[in-house]
Amino acid sequence: MAFARGHAAAALLLMSGVLLAAPDARAGAGDVKNGEALYGRCVACHALAYDRTGPRHCGLLGRMAGTVKGFQYSDAMKHSNIIWTPGTLDRFLANPLKMVPGTAMGYAGVTIPKDRRDLIAYLRNANNSAECRALLPGTAPVQR
Amino acid sequence: MSFFTMANDVSTVALRRNFLGKSGLILSGAAVALLAGKDALAAKGGESTEQDIRILNTAIGAELEAIAAYQVGAESGLLQPPVLALAVTFQGHHKEHADILSRTIVKLGGKPAAAKAKYNFPTEKLKTQADVLQFAASLEKGAVSAYLNAVPLFGNADLAKAAASILGDEAMHWAILRNALGEVPVPSAFMS
Repeated sequence: MAFARGHAAAALLLMSGVLLAAPDARAGAGDVKNGEALYGRCVACHALAYDRTGPRHCGLLGRMAGTVKGFQYSDAMKHSNIIWTPGTLDRFLANPLKMVPGTAMGYAGVTIPKDRRDLIAYLRNANNSAECRALLPGTAPVQR
Repeated sequence: MSFFTMANDVSTVALRRNFLGKSGLILSGAAVALLAGKDALAAKGGESTEQDIRILNTAIGAELEAIAAYQVGAESGLLQPPVLALAVTFQGHHKEHADILSRTIVKLGGKPAAAKAKYNFPTEKLKTQADVLQFAASLEKGAVSAYLNAVPLFGNADLAKAAASILGDEAMHWAILRNALGEVPVPSAFMS
């Protein structure tokens, strides 16, 4: 009986694990719409197409950290040797100061994994926006 | 309903009067608390102070940009007089924030960030008063999130308290801007 109860408990744990894992797997690339809403948290300092207190986000994925021309980074970010991928960005967004001690991004972090995935999905998607495409070499810069 | 009408709505005018009347008290209270603790602030030193200075400098950068953004809005010619008065008041708050943050950094032994010679704003998208208000609201909302996520990082509790005080002020800006836009002023019980 105790064995059966143990099995039942194990099965329940397994099921709950599956249930918990399922949304993660389904989310896959993340929810762009929710990511766009979450990006509202970033706009005190960031914009997609131009530098503000923080650097621009167009072209972020695949870029070496600390390399947007003309933006003044912290030494910590300049020397971080990070290439922004979904994985590195996920770790950074979770706790910027833990991953890059000394970064100027004094932000505690986006603690919910799904929120980070959605944000990253939005950033990836935004890279194909007209705003970002205008920054590509050979295209006219955004006039301001 | 036009934005002008909304801005002259009795409740909005009352809100504005109350806001203008009390905001100085709130901010000066925070400023006094911060300045009163200056010796303790300066005495700590070390890595935690360096981090505090970096966080404060990032905040100054955002405050200085907000000041410039409100200036663009004020000079746009798109704002009706009551809304313009609000914008100038809010800009004044950001000036007070930047000033107290700068003085705190100096007391901590750091060098405060200076205003940029030029800021980039999406001016091509600002064609109506609503566009300006929406832009300002997005900055204020972002600022609330930025301060919210800075508060737990400070090594010094006085700095965390001062940042929380600024957060409260910017949340009020955001709510009033949303109200002027005809949106629900406070859309949720929690900020993130």
